[in-house]
Amino acid sequence: MFGNLSWDAIPLNEPIPLATVFILIIGILGLLTLVTWKGWWPYLWREWITSTDHKRIGVMYVVLALVMLLRGFADAIMMRTQLALAAGHAAGYLPPEHYNQIFSAHGTIMIFFVAMTFVIGLMNFVLPLQLGVRDVAFPVLNSVSFWLTAAGVLLVNVSLGIGEFARTGWLAYPPLSEIAYSPGVGVDYYLWSLQISGLGTLLSGINLTTTILKLRAPGMGYGRMPVFCWTALASNLLIVAAFPILTATFAMLLLDRYLGFHFFTNDSGGNPMMYVNLIWGWGHPEVYILILPAFGVFSEVIATFSGKPLFGYRSMVMATMAICVLSFLVWLHHFFTMGAGANVNAVFGVATMIIAVPTGVKVFNWLFTLYGGSIRFTTPVYWAIGFMVTFVIGGMTGVLMAIPPADFVLHNSLFLIAHFHNVIIGGVLFGAMAGYTYWFPKAFGFRLHEGLGKAVFWCWFFGFYLAFMPLYVLGLMGATRRMQHYADPTWQPFMVAALVGAVVILLGIVLTIVQLVVSIRTREQRRDLTGDPWNGRTLEWSISSPPPAWNFAVLPTVSGPDAFWSIKRNAANPAKQSPLEPLSVPTHSPLGLLVSFFAVVLGFSLIWHIWWLAFVGLAGAVAVCLRHAWRIDLEDLVSVAEIAAHERKHQTQVSP
Amino acid sequence: MSAAVDVAHAEAPEGAPLSQRGPAPTRVVAAFGFWLFLLSDIILFAALFAAYAVLAGSTNGGPSGAELFNKRHVLYETGCLLASSFTCGMMMIAMDTRSTRLIYLGSLITAGLGALFLSLEFSEFADMIRGGNGPTRSAFLSAFFALVGTHGIHVTVGIGWLAMMVGQVATIGFAPMVVRRLFCFSLFWHALDIVWIGIFTVVYLGVYR
Repeated sequence: MFGNLSWDAIPLNEPIPLATVFILIIGILGLLTLVTWKGWWPYLWREWITSTDHKRIGVMYVVLALVMLLRGFADAIMMRTQLALAAGHAAGYLPPEHYNQIFSAHGTIMIFFVAMTFVIGLMNFVLPLQLGVRDVAFPVLNSVSFWLTAAGVLLVNVSLGIGEFARTGWLAYPPLSEIAYSPGVGVDYYLWSLQISGLGTLLSGINLTTTILKLRAPGMGYGRMPVFCWTALASNLLIVAAFPILTATFAMLLLDRYLGFHFFTNDSGGNPMMYVNLIWGWGHPEVYILILPAFGVFSEVIATFSGKPLFGYRSMVMATMAICVLSFLVWLHHFFTMGAGANVNAVFGVATMIIAVPTGVKVFNWLFTLYGGSIRFTTPVYWAIGFMVTFVIGGMTGVLMAIPPADFVLHNSLFLIAHFHNVIIGGVLFGAMAGYTYWFPKAFGFRLHEGLGKAVFWCWFFGFYLAFMPLYVLGLMGATRRMQHYADPTWQPFMVAALVGAVVILLGIVLTIVQLVVSIRTREQRRDLTGDPWNGRTLEWSISSPPPAWNFAVLPTVSGPDAFWSIKRNAANPAKQSPLEPLSVPTHSPLGLLVSFFAVVLGFSLIWHIWWLAFVGLAGAVAVCLRHAWRIDLEDLVSVAEIAAHERKHQTQVSP
Repeated sequence: MSAAVDVAHAEAPEGAPLSQRGPAPTRVVAAFGFWLFLLSDIILFAALFAAYAVLAGSTNGGPSGAELFNKRHVLYETGCLLASSFTCGMMMIAMDTRSTRLIYLGSLITAGLGALFLSLEFSEFADMIRGGNGPTRSAFLSAFFALVGTHGIHVTVGIGWLAMMVGQVATIGFAPMVVRRLFCFSLFWHALDIVWIGIFTVVYLGVYR
């Protein structure tokens, strides 16, 4: 009846996950009680859960990412504490099988559910506003994408309390991840949650690529798109081209595990290294899927706060697209030690170094934009400058490892761990935080607290260096990744320093929450009535904060790059003079929530081999899609009176 | 795929380049999105093709493709699929005349040929499994069943989709939404043919060797 699921699945003898689950359940129940008691359900249901508005969905993505950051960071600080303790004869407090689950969960959550979710959230919120249109290409599909991501998040977190998570690292290399060596449900949790959320990401990539290529305001040719739109285009093209590889690879591993296929097994002719090749065929583009939107954020932030157009717009676009193509040509540098031979390794080593060239072009463009600008040192600028310093260091250690002989020494060492945290924290996370601070007033109509924002930055900045510079040294001393204990006591001081760094980062995360609470409580003082709090250059700042559901009453006409800047310069807004017309906005739809509910049912029952329930999940998902296919009332009409009232209100706020 | 957002059409400036003419009409947006989906689907198949090419020689002492495949059988399968693509094309021409009856007829033949293809494929699979040459026999057979089976699953989904479209034509009629979806279906169906031609060449004719 319940497949492999029994009471044994609940880790009653492991106090740490049990206590975590207990606290989580209490927290969730408390939240649900609060929402019910305050009577917020109708509002949440109508305005958020079933919303197909790209701005709402973008905000929900970012909230999900911030929540999962807490989970991923909890894993991180547990690992750092363990390693600060477990030297020589001390065993630390985490048993190896638990430690292995923690580092697997940390990597999986941070990449798929924090970094991906955060950048997709920012793109969702910003793209239609910057492109001067009213929504993404497929608004209902957008909601489905978000909820599928949430479904993946839910499954990963369910593994905490029911069963276990994978102990195989964040990419689940076979043969370790095969059924022979990982017979438990951990790898199945990993695979099904990522299959479900990966489908959401793919649909999101298709949606946003279509939006950028087919929906732009009149006059906005490709050479006039803001650079963030360009980097988002590159990123979404990579999603469309790379995520199917991930889906196919995971499907093969699932066939191995469930039906006894032999894709990656040691016996019967299987080839485990094929998995490694395939997964990095997705994995390397993934790196750029994450970093390119961050590059876009920095481009917007630096141009805005320097009060100058971005230096070298065309070279920036070309560098972005060059990275987009090259990202598919370097996957083998993740496993030079496979033994493909000197010539193959040399080709991939050189290709990897070539990627550094367009990236360097970008860094110089940002520097030249700052040069001679009248820079306002706001929080996003702090993140941008901190990024440039940190990312260049991380990039250089990457180029070091692109040299195959050096990589043979550094492969799977803590040097590698330090390198990719250096680029992911210094690049993606700094970019996400810059974007969060920069567009927050657009989303909510008030600014975040500046002082606390800077404090958050300094915590992350110093915390990062304190936590990861010791790991470079440890890597050179021979420390490998994924170890739960080490014999050499001379490593301990470095491990303790790294723990201190992690604690400083923790302070930064706590301050992020404090900043949010303080800013909400004092929001009346930090209202942005003009819709243009930073003296911005692109179209999202030309409308009210928060924007109305329809974004633009009249689509703006664009005549060059930095569209809003030229409108302000010419002191005329042709869009505002055109007569208003009634327009339609996509209506609410519970499809996303329903589909992902059935996806969770499907995933959970497949993990536990409850076949009848899996059928129910699949049939349910198909049924709600069919029901949606017969809906014809997909749009709500907005009257001219309503649009005009909003426009008048905004006008009086801009120039009272 | 849901309906694309209907953006009020701003007047395109005279002689402006295509990229500056403002948001594209819904019809174009929906078709473009579906093209992107098809490309991603083809990349999924590309990964399976790559796996097949890597593992084709790993027969683990079992039979190779040359010993297992019945080329005449495959020819019939190919014939069914190509013919169904043709009838699907005829059905799309019939859609221009908004003839419900022709759509029903076209759907019936297209889905029938698809089902015939599936039954041929099923009998091929069943024969192989009965002979002890199922997907668990060797890495080569794992890759074979996964690649060809994934195509078969796509054909099954396509037949289900076509049945749904017949239902939509019957209940909603030729609303723009339904026409868009029929158009996307035909793209999907033809794409499956392209994948099949790849399978025919790479798997059954074994050109990669």
